[in-house]
Amino acid sequence: MSILVVLEQQGGQWHRMSWETLAAGQQLGAALGQPVEAAVAGKGIGTLASEAATKKLAKVWAVEHDLLDSYTADGYTAAVEELIRKIQPTVVLFPHTYQVRDFAPKLAAMLGKGMIGDCIGYRSESGKLVFVRQMFQGKTAADVSFAGAGPWFASFQSGAFRADQVAAADGGAKPINKVSVELKSEQIRTKPLELFKEAKSAVDLTQAPLIVAIGRGIKAPENIPQAEAVAKALGAEIAASRPICDEGWLPMERQIGSSGQTVAPKLYLALGISGAIQHVVGMKGARTIVAINKDQNAPIFEIADYGVVGDIFEIMPALAEELQKAK
Amino acid sequence: MKIFVAIKQVPLRDSPLHPDSSGKWIDEADLSFEINEPDAYALEEALQLKEKHGGEVVVLCAGPERAAQTIREALAKGADRAIHIATDNLGALDTLGVAKLLSAAVAPEKPDLILTGLQSDDLGSGQTGVVMAELLGVPHSTIIMQADVREGSIRVKRELENGWFQHIEMPLPAVLTMQSGSNKLRYATLMGIKKAKSKEIRSVTPPELGGAAAVVATIEKVYLPQKSKQTQIFEGDAKSAAAQLVEKLKFEVRVL
Repeated sequence: MSILVVLEQQGGQWHRMSWETLAAGQQLGAALGQPVEAAVAGKGIGTLASEAATKKLAKVWAVEHDLLDSYTADGYTAAVEELIRKIQPTVVLFPHTYQVRDFAPKLAAMLGKGMIGDCIGYRSESGKLVFVRQMFQGKTAADVSFAGAGPWFASFQSGAFRADQVAAADGGAKPINKVSVELKSEQIRTKPLELFKEAKSAVDLTQAPLIVAIGRGIKAPENIPQAEAVAKALGAEIAASRPICDEGWLPMERQIGSSGQTVAPKLYLALGISGAIQHVVGMKGARTIVAINKDQNAPIFEIADYGVVGDIFEIMPALAEELQKAK
Repeated sequence: MKIFVAIKQVPLRDSPLHPDSSGKWIDEADLSFEINEPDAYALEEALQLKEKHGGEVVVLCAGPERAAQTIREALAKGADRAIHIATDNLGALDTLGVAKLLSAAVAPEKPDLILTGLQSDDLGSGQTGVVMAELLGVPHSTIIMQADVREGSIRVKRELENGWFQHIEMPLPAVLTMQSGSNKLRYATLMGIKKAKSKEIRSVTPPELGGAAAVVATIEKVYLPQKSKQTQIFEGDAKSAAAQLVEKLKFEVRVL
């Protein structure tokens, strides 16, 4: 009976969401009265494992193998599966990263189990553990439970738990349990090649104090100047949700969301953005969020401090004018 | 090459959604449906690969009778034939259950490549393609922007976080889950719509595919999300709403 948190590293660097998930694991462990263990897999991960051992954990597992140097779904699935068979946890938690999305469902299926992914929380409902996740692009929430025996697999969305709430080890760091896994190169069918970036100009939206962002509601590229006029009057950077950048209406480096930049400006003004999860994870840390959208049920209003329900094509020019006047 | 594309029919984007009387799913009574957007990109990638390399594109879709409309549209865009796993209670199946049915339909066909969207716009689990790869015993890669087929292998461009990408090579057959936006989607031509009428849609039932798997995850309750913030909504016409907003930005948010 234990909760296993699988931490993520790449090239010796922690993924920041690892600690958020560890915080979730510690809280769930306290709620269920179960010990919490953490695992990190890779090559040359001694230092990382030592750092994990300074947190409040019953055990730390270091899964080390030369073939885990670069991430592959086959390698990581086999390695974590072996660890799970050895330690038999009841719940296995992951951060909901691109890497986890690539291998954790395979791992669960390999063991004939289910995975509840991209969770934003959990709760105990009359003794039954349910995980809370969003559906329909954030328009509804759902409580999902596991059926049958564990291990149960779940991953937590970015920002669902706070990394600064990770409890430190009381009474000094725990010893690290090294796990040697059986892994042969012929088991790994995919060949990972070079990592690269495409954006040429470096627009660092993370440093922008004010951001005006546009979404599908802008409808056509010829309408973008209206949003740019608002941004200019406000002295803000212009940004967008994914579909706008996919269409090439704004360059990719102006994309906010899980596949773009994550920002936390003083003000985020969302124009015609519905607030799909993939966008919201990139901007929900903004200090003040203003949403203007024709659909009063758009999920963006769940996180907005101020809102206008209406046609952005009427409000954008009015807003640009009022902003000019206020200067 | 033979390419399978697994597609799903989901409610139209921007549909108003309400929990149904059971509280375990949404009320579908007044909804219209369309192809899941990432699946439309998977179909587009398949059609482009067929144009380059020849072969056949087969659409695979599990869903109730209404899913036939979405299947027909995929055929009109250029898919050659389809398999419809006819089931009225897709909602009662979890990812493992759906993936087992889809895999059972794919396996005897021995395709070279299986494509699907990276996630569905309804459940948004993003697991079906990955689980299918495991059940079929083939390699996979997720969140793919582009695929180049070589002799017996494929090289893909995978999207990573923070603007990073990676090229990955793997042998065929393989499963890829496709990201939205990597291609321009085509429209069905009149000729395509006409041709689609005579294309084969083979309907199979879950029992014919070996039945559904034991349930491992259950949706207990669907509900409208609780607001995490109190939103102050500015009423009135555009001018008045804009003026109220600017006043807030100036005196409370203090960004002007």
